[in-house]
Amino acid sequence: MEVRVKNIVKEFARFPALENVSLDIRSGELIALLGPSGSGKTTLLRLIAGLETPTTGQIFFGDEDASQKTVQQRNIGFVFQHYALFRHMTVLENVSFGLKVRSGDRRPPADEIRRRALELLDLVQLSGLETRYPAQLSGGQRQRVALARAMAVEPNVLLLDEPFGALDAQVRRELRKWLRDIHDHTGHTTVFVTHDQEEALELADRVVVMSKGKIEQVGTADEIYDTPASPFVYGFIGESNVLPVRIEGGEIWFEDRPIGVKAEGHADGDGRLYFRPHDIEMLEGCGGCLAGIVTASRRVAGTRHVEVSTGASNASVEIELPIDRGNVDGSRLAFRPKKWTLFR
Amino acid sequence: MARDADSLNVQSATTESPLARRALIGLTLVFLLLVLVLPLIAVFTEALRKGVPAFFEALGDAETFSAIRLTLIVAGIAVPLNLVFGIAASWAIAKFEFKGKAFLTTLIDLPFSVSPVISGLVFVLLFGSHSVLGPILKSYNIQILFAVPGLVLATVFVTFPFVARELIPLMQEQGTADEEAALSLGASGWQTFLYVTLPNIKWGLLYGVLLCNARAMGEFGAVSVVSGHIRGMTNTMPLQVEILYNEYNFVAAFAVATLLALLALVTLVLKTLLELRFSDAISSGRRH
Repeated sequence: MEVRVKNIVKEFARFPALENVSLDIRSGELIALLGPSGSGKTTLLRLIAGLETPTTGQIFFGDEDASQKTVQQRNIGFVFQHYALFRHMTVLENVSFGLKVRSGDRRPPADEIRRRALELLDLVQLSGLETRYPAQLSGGQRQRVALARAMAVEPNVLLLDEPFGALDAQVRRELRKWLRDIHDHTGHTTVFVTHDQEEALELADRVVVMSKGKIEQVGTADEIYDTPASPFVYGFIGESNVLPVRIEGGEIWFEDRPIGVKAEGHADGDGRLYFRPHDIEMLEGCGGCLAGIVTASRRVAGTRHVEVSTGASNASVEIELPIDRGNVDGSRLAFRPKKWTLFR
Repeated sequence: MARDADSLNVQSATTESPLARRALIGLTLVFLLLVLVLPLIAVFTEALRKGVPAFFEALGDAETFSAIRLTLIVAGIAVPLNLVFGIAASWAIAKFEFKGKAFLTTLIDLPFSVSPVISGLVFVLLFGSHSVLGPILKSYNIQILFAVPGLVLATVFVTFPFVARELIPLMQEQGTADEEAALSLGASGWQTFLYVTLPNIKWGLLYGVLLCNARAMGEFGAVSVVSGHIRGMTNTMPLQVEILYNEYNFVAAFAVATLLALLALVTLVLKTLLELRFSDAISSGRRH
């Protein structure tokens, strides 16, 4: 089911948590809400769920206005950060809970509930553990029970709050791939919150980058990474350098010299130049470049990350060099960004 | 590592020397013996001094019997009331944010900090014949003071904090995620309480009810003020003990006292058993 968030404002005791947020989530989409803590991503998720009510604004499930509906009426599946499994119930009882509490004719017969719960446990690869209690499971297993429990009610939309936050790196990567598979298999519209950009970019069809209660950008992993829409996104996603620059006659100047980059179509004035450490070209000699002394370097997998102190202000810039350039500590390097973005 | 430390007889920083340890344990034991065990033994020996038949005869006395019955009635009303109030209050405090929450928490502790005599006097001032409410109650022929309602009110007041005090920290620690999970799965508020909240707090609740009951049956001060000491009518067990004692009827006084002491012992044993048997469940209820 498609979900539309329209002009949502949410204030907690006068403190704005979300400022006029709008978002269209397509049916069957896997979408990530990504942002630092305090960006309002969890609040947005809880608003969609109906666990919070918006100060103003509306939320549509399909064509229906869900804003006035209670969390029960919205029929969502919510997976909590710390799973919130019912500790006194077995795995099977946890998964069947949503069906068991249904009233009258909406409740399937007992053997049907059991069959469906077992089916879901099979889907999340927990067959054979149905009589265990949550305390007897590992973190990854609890996470999967929580997901099975949420899916048991055949939700309109599946909402996950930091689904892998409490797991160690190894399990995290496994579950990530596994969640993608489950999503492709079941086709639920799924929204998950994360502060881990790698997770968001790898897993989601589209990523919603949030900061300070606002949506900064919505896009695919490529769009977010290659064409960041704001300085925040540029700085938050991946590694980046930022230099205070000046535009004069279609040329970008850093301090007292042009850096050899044309900025046609940009008006004269001050700006900030953003570029990735690997989007540079090295130069021999300098007819317009950034140049500086290497102050530190470290080996990261297949490349060398080098810190260069450049200009009169000793602005620190990090660039990536191929390993075969050898040790460059203390030497002088000249380079210029190949791909960059100018924010005014 | 641990074995190495043992074999080298290395002490950890927080371990006292054997002498200090023995001195501390000995001091505690002597103190407990003097203050707790000896008086308890005294109660039982006094009660049985004239033999077992005299003991049971004393208990079979009509007034004493009525006192036992009254105590059971009062506790039987006050404890369930405080069970409900306690759950409601701790639910409100632990799961919601509202103005005056700190004040409410303090208010719940009030009965602990007020002398029981004052607690009783409050009800005399409220419902006595010279109070504002007195004439109104009289015109409707409602008897509160010197009757069961007054005893129940005083007992409820004094024992109010027990259940709430036990549940508030427990509920606060458990947070609201479980309840939210139940609601998101379509459960109604009542179903959520019944299937999720209640099982999560049941051991804490039982614990609180046990303590509440022990205090409700043993309460003296507040009850004494509102009771009026009408023999065979408004005397609870602790009051009956006092009356019998003042009449130098020691065997009877101590016989009733043994019942109260037994109640305390049973409570202690149950509490310990609960902790032993369900320590995992209790602590996991807190942790998780």
